[in-house]
Amino acid sequence: MFKFDEIQKRLFAEVANLHQVPEGAYNFRVNGQLASRNNTANIEIVSKEDGSGIDIHIKPGTVNESVHIPVVLSASGLKEVVYNDFFVGENCDVVIVAGCGIDNCGVQDSQHDGVHRFFVGKNSKIKYVEKHYGSGDGAGKRILNPVTEVHLGENSTMEMEMVQIKGVDSTNRKTLANLKADAKLFVRERLMTHGVQTALSAYHVSLDGENSGADVVSRSVAKEKSFQKLDLKIIGNAPCHGHTECDSIIMDDGKILAVPSLEANHVDAALVHEAAIGKIAGDQLIKLMTLGLTEKEAEEQIINGFLT
Amino acid sequence: MLELKNISFKVTDGNKQVDIIQNLNLTVQSKKFVVVTGPNGSGKSTLARIIAGIEKPTEGKIFLNGEDITEKNITERANLGISFAFQQPVKFKGIKVFDLLKLAAKKKLSFANACDYLAEVGLCARDYINREVNSSLSGGELKRIEIATIIARKTKLSIFDEPEAGIDLWSFQNLIGIFESMRKNISDSSIIVISHQERILNIADEIIVIEGGKVSRQGAAEEILPQIIGTDSAVQSCKKMTREA
Ligand SMILES: Nc1ncnc2c1ncn2[C@@H]1O[C@H](COP(=O)(O)OP(=O)(O)OP(=O)(O)O)[C@@H](O)[C@H]1O
Ligand SMILES: [Mg+2]
Repeated sequence: MFKFDEIQKRLFAEVANLHQVPEGAYNFRVNGQLASRNNTANIEIVSKEDGSGIDIHIKPGTVNESVHIPVVLSASGLKEVVYNDFFVGENCDVVIVAGCGIDNCGVQDSQHDGVHRFFVGKNSKIKYVEKHYGSGDGAGKRILNPVTEVHLGENSTMEMEMVQIKGVDSTNRKTLANLKADAKLFVRERLMTHGVQTALSAYHVSLDGENSGADVVSRSVAKEKSFQKLDLKIIGNAPCHGHTECDSIIMDDGKILAVPSLEANHVDAALVHEAAIGKIAGDQLIKLMTLGLTEKEAEEQIINGFLT
Repeated sequence: MLELKNISFKVTDGNKQVDIIQNLNLTVQSKKFVVVTGPNGSGKSTLARIIAGIEKPTEGKIFLNGEDITEKNITERANLGISFAFQQPVKFKGIKVFDLLKLAAKKKLSFANACDYLAEVGLCARDYINREVNSSLSGGELKRIEIATIIARKTKLSIFDEPEAGIDLWSFQNLIGIFESMRKNISDSSIIVISHQERILNIADEIIVIEGGKVSRQGAAEEILPQIIGTDSAVQSCKKMTREA
């Protein structure tokens, strides 16, 4: 069995909330290598023949099971592109936890580009949690460019929680989704950037089936000299409901570009977007200060709340 | 004990100076329940904000238990024992009722204790403790949570700015009960309530009337109340309800 060092353990705890080996299926990837894997009767993880990633097969009717596929990079100068494909049968109800942690103490850039594709069968329910985290004080950058592709079958539901709060120098996130009839997609994205970090996050959601629906909510905080671009697009090709919300707090010398867009190609497509950028509300700071918090403590509480 | 000495607060509106508060002197003794009343726009909330350190007076000095706190900021005053319930409670994103009570209590707060504070303001804790303090709560609910945070702080001086605003008639009865029990258990603290309501004025030891940024009357409740009854400074709840309807 692979022996994780302390840094690797810490990264696993950060990105997958894992303090021990999880129950259910898992695949741990460390510094570009498979470190540990477990299959269950219903969930099978196999390496792609060309070595470019893994396929995860979830049998029809699998319920109350989970799959963890965290990735950590703790060596400086590693660059990898990994393809993870999920084939989820009909009538499943599973939790999938992904995430990537990079610790870079060296001078060379470390980069992980994960491509996740989900093929979700009819009536299935997926909860997907993805956390990205960077640490280490080397000059080398921590770079993450995830691509997530979601194909939702009839009446399936996917709830996605995507969090990147700390330490990733540069990220270019792309999330594409298309939905069949009665399928629903819920996205909660939380981003925080600081220093001179840049984060680009783009969503492209096609509501193709009748009565499909998407709710994409992104909350972000840009501190110091960081830059964010949030590009949320929903396309309604059928009678459907789509909502995007992009709510950002800007601080210091941060810069935020929010580009929400809607495209309706059907008369019964009901699409709404909301976008707001602003600094922390003064009355929120004042209220918490009247409870005895310093301005800095008040700021932390407000941001923590905002990003939960 | 709180003392305000010769407090003025001026703002510049365009190119002219406006006096919001003018040479105001005021003493609030410990163990006293004081109600501040006066017409809309007379400067009551401004006065409360000056005491809490949110606004800085252009002139004058403020003393808390003999200590000059004029230069102290909001946080320092809060930690010296001043609490302030806003006229318009602040909304947050992602901060829950329990979080706010924990921050207010400044210590480890058990779920049970938090529930007690909510029960005191007539909210069923189970339904509220995990709610976010945002616009999904009604104005009256936010008001009561605001009051609960002040109760949780247990400080020497508490200021409530129009606690009854936005609270329905039925809940108003409970609110009166809350303030009656605060008065009974006042020990060595002081309570200032800004209100126009006769029922709240009735609980007062002392009444202060502010008009045009100045104290126009001040004295024992028995003395002041008869002078202002029936005016806008002391409305009966049903009268106000019909007027606002
Ligand atoms: N910072 C400020 N700048 C300009 N005008 C102000 C400022 N603060 C208060 N005022 C004005 O001062 C006056 C007093 O306001 P304040 O809110 O203190 O009145 P109030 O007695 O609390 O009224 P109400 O009974 O309606 O709550 C108002 O006319 C208000 O618009
Ligand atoms: Mg007022």
